[in-house]
Amino acid sequence: MNLEIILFVIFSAIAVVSSVLMVTRRNAIMSALFLILNFGALSGLYLTLHAQFIAVVQVIVYAGAIMVLFLFVIMLLRPADDKGLLEEHPKMKWFAIGIGVFIFLQLAFVILFSSTVGSIVQAPNNIEIGTIQSIGKELYTKYLIPFEAAAFLLLAAAIGAIVLAKKKFN
Amino acid sequence: MIPIEYYLILSAFMFIMGVIGVLTRKNAIIVFMSIELMLNSANLTFVTFSSYLGNVTGQLFVFFVMTVAAAEAAVGLAIIIALFRNKQTVSIDEINILKW
Repeated sequence: MNLEIILFVIFSAIAVVSSVLMVTRRNAIMSALFLILNFGALSGLYLTLHAQFIAVVQVIVYAGAIMVLFLFVIMLLRPADDKGLLEEHPKMKWFAIGIGVFIFLQLAFVILFSSTVGSIVQAPNNIEIGTIQSIGKELYTKYLIPFEAAAFLLLAAAIGAIVLAKKKFN
Repeated sequence: MIPIEYYLILSAFMFIMGVIGVLTRKNAIIVFMSIELMLNSANLTFVTFSSYLGNVTGQLFVFFVMTVAAAEAAVGLAIIIALFRNKQTVSIDEINILKW
């Protein structure tokens, strides 16, 4: 067993367990903390895929900025604890879980029995493509207009969030 | 070397947990977090194919998905705060004035 496989097993186990716990915990704060753990494990998985820039951005933007916003709102609103997963409308919830399992089986079938996915082997240059240099080069040449559009989107979202959340005065 | 299927199955599992969270939870904030989980599983698929095919475009898409997720979180949480101010609850069962 080489290090790559050991790291993959550890991080994917953390990701699976934390995503299950995130969906099943009653307390919203526990859910948010397990989601942060899941994002950390994902960041480790990105490192095993040699995507260094994305791994760092995942920790800074997702686990840092976005989840702090979520925790702030949860602690501000103090929502009452949810009911347990199957306490209310158990029939409807079993139906929802059945739909989820069905979609998972479909996806797994496509992934495992597709002739194109099975023949893909890791590209030899995958260590170079995850660096900030290669991503920055593409971002500021080929994807310059989407980049500017993303900047405008963030500005619009910031203004929208302030307008929506501010107190209304008559 | 890890076969690509392992990453894709993991990503599919996380997506399904997000789907189940959206369908079963009542708290609007947790539904919102489940959507973030689904976005992240799609990101994992993007990065996996980017790494295995040796093409940087997938990682750029993840960058843009993160931008959109940040904007979505800011606006969505502002909407939840405005809802809470008007109805004193974040339960999606009680927020039903648009229901026909």
